[in-house]
Amino acid sequence: MSDILLDVRDLVVEFPTRKGLVQAVSGVTFQLNRGETLALVGESGCGKSTTARAVMQLPRPTSGSIVLDGDDLVAAGKRDLRRLRRKFQMIFQNPIASLNPRKRISDVIEKPLKIAGELDAAKRRTAVMELLETVGLDPAVAMDKRPHEFSGGQCQRISIARALILEPDLLICDEPVSALDVSIQAQILNLLEDMKQRYDLTMLFISHDLAVVRNVADRVAVMYLGRFCEVGRSEELFDSPAHPYTRALLSAIPVPDPTVKPKPIEMIQGDLPSPISPPSGCRFRTRCPLATDRCTSEVPEMRGLPDGRAVACHHPLIGT
Amino acid sequence: MADPLLELTNVSTHFHSPAGRVRAVDGVSFSLKAGQTLGLVGESGSGKSVLARTIMGLLPSYAEIPEGSAISFDGHNLLTLDRKARRAISGPGIGMIFQDPMTSLNPVMKIGQQVYEGMRHHFGTSKRAGRERAIELLTEVGIPQPDVRVDQFPHQLSGGMRQRVAIAIALACEPKLLIADEPTTALDVTVQAGILDLLQREQRDRGMTMILITHDLGVVAGRCDNVAVMYAGGIVETGTTLSLFARTRMRYTQALLDSIPRLDRPPHERLQSIGGRPPNLIDPPAGCRFAPRCAHRNAHCDTDIPPITADEQDPSHRFACWNPRDPDAEASDKATGDAA
Repeated sequence: MSDILLDVRDLVVEFPTRKGLVQAVSGVTFQLNRGETLALVGESGCGKSTTARAVMQLPRPTSGSIVLDGDDLVAAGKRDLRRLRRKFQMIFQNPIASLNPRKRISDVIEKPLKIAGELDAAKRRTAVMELLETVGLDPAVAMDKRPHEFSGGQCQRISIARALILEPDLLICDEPVSALDVSIQAQILNLLEDMKQRYDLTMLFISHDLAVVRNVADRVAVMYLGRFCEVGRSEELFDSPAHPYTRALLSAIPVPDPTVKPKPIEMIQGDLPSPISPPSGCRFRTRCPLATDRCTSEVPEMRGLPDGRAVACHHPLIGT
Repeated sequence: MADPLLELTNVSTHFHSPAGRVRAVDGVSFSLKAGQTLGLVGESGSGKSVLARTIMGLLPSYAEIPEGSAISFDGHNLLTLDRKARRAISGPGIGMIFQDPMTSLNPVMKIGQQVYEGMRHHFGTSKRAGRERAIELLTEVGIPQPDVRVDQFPHQLSGGMRQRVAIAIALACEPKLLIADEPTTALDVTVQAGILDLLQREQRDRGMTMILITHDLGVVAGRCDNVAVMYAGGIVETGTTLSLFARTRMRYTQALLDSIPRLDRPPHERLQSIGGRPPNLIDPPAGCRFAPRCAHRNAHCDTDIPPITADEQDPSHRFACWNPRDPDAEASDKATGDAA
């Protein structure tokens, strides 16, 4: 068994629109080690959710390879994919909308087991009850209720139970706490951490909130307009960002301390360029305070830094 | 010191629902001097937006403001005025910015028209002068090519630009008070900082009074003179921003601060979460509304409503808690139920 659970190479996801082809993800490569949490961060429209959904094969990516535990998901046929799906599950941003409002909680959580053709009805029911207990809900109360009878935080617990019932290897979390209040957010982040330990999960965690990412991630990948800017261990990336965009994102986070005055963001204000006709060369150059002619003419390749990080920038903030 | 520009006395807002009377805002009092910025912080359902709408007079028909509530703005008691008189005072006097700039703007009206609509209504400004003023305002809020944008529609702008338009609309009548209700929640962080900087600059340049409503304590920390924390319909702690953060007294405020993930903490650190969830406002707890979720509650907390108490060092810092945190002795954080 190799240490790498998920190996994504040259992932491209394109969407045809009336105005032209949108390349939402343009050649993204990353690996996920077993037991690790990798966070994808970036602003709305950077392609982080599309990357996560491409791993889920929702929809199938345009090109590239996604190998999970030795199986190529992109090459897999429909039947094989269905069999493989039990190894990778997902939870979504809006916990209430991601549950079928007409179904009882017991049915929602049991469904994956049914599809997988596992266990008899009685054993499935026991499994559901045990899992509800594990995610912090009282099975006696919750089993027969429907999603609207629960709060956002409780619905996210139910979504987590549904994702975990098949004991997947990989859990993809797409902004799992963005719709929740801070006090509830902390409960769910703690629960995810507990579940990760208990089920030996590997996680791909999508978030726009860097403070949340700092808490959950071992490694972080920063995305901008469909490409990775920087990938590295969370401590290094947060403490000394190498890519100017990472620095800009970090400088924009409001600090809950009145003695810290808000800093100006180190980025040129303006709108995200259109993904239909992205800037030539480095995609961040139109908003980068350090951009030079080289950034216009030459696409920066991902290259390694001595501390094990990778950065795609002609003028990184730390020496190579 | 001059009289406060805005003074709320025992303001409540109740909604009639099939399940009963929802006490969305319950007995809120505070005052705001001209030129001050107040950060109103709370989680979903704490009543902060309903309070803003109560001040603005934008409540739905099934809302009721019980007897005994008073909102004084610029010397007028808004709640005793008739519709027309109220509109003449708070229309130009109070500006408001909403969370979602896509739904708060009219999708089928040109941006310029939306900016000067209020001026035409309240001051009888001509279309020509209104359009000129709209271009000036769009320039001021940082919209590139304002002379082109003025004739465009909201869908032709990005989210951040739309929020800048919403700010221009709110500023058009030169309001004395600006209420910004989660103005950056729907925006990316990099855009958020720009919008908050703009609001702060306008507030300073115009000497405006501002209420900044947010769920994000990080947003108020660097940008407000005072903070009021709301929970389950009431203000549970209020004070200068410095004092509230440095000498937090109320247990809920502290729990909220503790539950925020921070950039300066190590990965995988267990977060301090608040168990349970906010109470049902149809039948709120008899005593402190935070008591059922509070790790420091004592016998008093469940039965009696905690009075508003002033901090010993800074009397302008007030809180409602039977067993407040002692900011001078960290150890007391761990003790439970020995005070009062």
